[in-house]
Amino acid sequence: MTTASRPPRGLLVRRRAARTGQYLALLGYLVFLGFPLLWLVSTAFTSPRELAGLHPGWIPDHPTLDNFRQAFDEQPLLRAGANSLLAALAAAVIAVVIATPMAYVMARHHRSPLSRAATGWVVVSQAFPFVLVIIPLFLVLKNLRLIDSLGGLILVYVVWSLPFALWMLAGYVRAVPPELEEAAAVDGAGRLRALVSVTMPLLAPGIVATALFAFINAWNEFFFALVLLKSPEKQTMPVILTHFIGAEGVADLGPLAAASLLATLPSLVLFAVIQRRITSGTLAGAVKH
Amino acid sequence: MTPMTATARPDRRAGAGASGGGAPGVRRVTGHGAWFLVLPALIPILLLSVGPLLYGIALAFTDAQSGRTEPTEWIGLLNFQDLAQDTLFWESFRIGLLWAVAVSVPQFVLALGLALLLNQNLRFRWLARALAIVPWAMPEVVVGIMWRLVYHPEAGILGETLGTQRDWLGSLGTALPAVVVVGIWARLPQVTVVLLAGLSNVPRELHEAAAMDGAGAWRRFRTVTWPAIRPVALAIGALSFIWNINSFALVYVLTGGGPGGRTRLPMLFAYEEAFRYGQFGYAAAMGCVLVAVVSVLLAVQLVGRLRGDDR
Repeated sequence: MTTASRPPRGLLVRRRAARTGQYLALLGYLVFLGFPLLWLVSTAFTSPRELAGLHPGWIPDHPTLDNFRQAFDEQPLLRAGANSLLAALAAAVIAVVIATPMAYVMARHHRSPLSRAATGWVVVSQAFPFVLVIIPLFLVLKNLRLIDSLGGLILVYVVWSLPFALWMLAGYVRAVPPELEEAAAVDGAGRLRALVSVTMPLLAPGIVATALFAFINAWNEFFFALVLLKSPEKQTMPVILTHFIGAEGVADLGPLAAASLLATLPSLVLFAVIQRRITSGTLAGAVKH
Repeated sequence: MTPMTATARPDRRAGAGASGGGAPGVRRVTGHGAWFLVLPALIPILLLSVGPLLYGIALAFTDAQSGRTEPTEWIGLLNFQDLAQDTLFWESFRIGLLWAVAVSVPQFVLALGLALLLNQNLRFRWLARALAIVPWAMPEVVVGIMWRLVYHPEAGILGETLGTQRDWLGSLGTALPAVVVVGIWARLPQVTVVLLAGLSNVPRELHEAAAMDGAGAWRRFRTVTWPAIRPVALAIGALSFIWNINSFALVYVLTGGGPGGRTRLPMLFAYEEAFRYGQFGYAAAMGCVLVAVVSVLLAVQLVGRLRGDDR
């Protein structure tokens, strides 16, 4: 009688084979995704002499921190880090401050022509190549004497992060039921009071997530910084990193890896913090439209 | 680091709240105030995004150059005529299209496979999820540097593993394939995460019913899973194609366009034209051509898809 309630033997075997196949595939993905990362970490802790040896291995025989020290000696990493921090922080804060009210309007009046135009712009701005924007932007900023200045770069980063900031924030606003605001307004709190004391606290986590995402994007950004900043003392982290590159001898690989690792850490930590919100925020659009 | 199980859930709730379009009270009260709320973001958008875009298109019809003292003049279609004759540009354009297809297609297939795996109840899934997110958080420049280390002819792990001292990024035959692999690696997470969210829309009951009826894995995928994720898949497929054809930093760091222009993507070409040789007008014309061709390609693909739906 047991055979009736249990799947036939052949099916079980097949299912087990499928499972094995799935694990093999997963292993393949893990290797493909993980091995460059492991190699970066490994190189960062390997001494130049060992790296130049005949057979560089995954785990250094004598792990060393010399590469990190040498990286700071070779390039102005601290100043570059400070520049990046300033640009990313300012861009993130400004972007969120000006985007939140507009996102509110886009979410609550999503059928108005303005909201539609804004949504259209968000989509189109994804598709346009940066060359077409960077040349005129360069000329405009030059006239404003904002070339080779962090101020100009921050302006560009703000505008450049607005599309996804609006997109994400509008999603978070939609999650706040308008009835809550109305109830507060009826209770005698003014419209603005209702917004500030009811909606804003509920939006706060979304606003923080959006700001952190904008920060990460600005911290990682390379193209605008490459074009807009000329003086070495103003350059940001990604641009300074490319200064390590050239016809690099094996001796420079360790410091290069060490500096790269340091440049990645802030993004990685922040990304781990906001991951869940980012994926749901960006998906709000992808899934619904 | 296990984010994706919860994705899209809060927003689905959000969608339900928003579908009414806001209660009348909200509309009334914010009617006038709306402009004050919108302006702080709208002005920078108009001045530094929409404006430059139009300005850029206009530049394509001028002889604008950097550091020139005489005033810029309208030259009509001259830039485009020159471009039509510019074999270097078309070679770069061809490489760009090749690169975009060679990255986007495998990337999509791999991402779909990974998303399907991550949607299963497997052990070590958390590790794959965490790892799959890392490329997303890394600066593109670091991704490029990292793969330079992997490909390094003397001290790279790839040559070490395969037992050769090949210069992957420096030789004519292997440069483009080597760069394509990096391109696939770099954007795999974004595509995977979006597809994974799409998979959460697949009706589980339907899957079970199909399995009961004896449908194999492939049949179940084709008849149940794919129809449910198709809109999301098409959207992210098109988006990743656009991202890839516009990509710059990765290849700039990996090869700088070399060897012999084998990896000189259109963005690199236009960048050099504009900021190394100062040919602003000409580079803007390249940008216009790029946008036009990509728009046409996407439109053709979209129309094709829509026709497919009708049948």
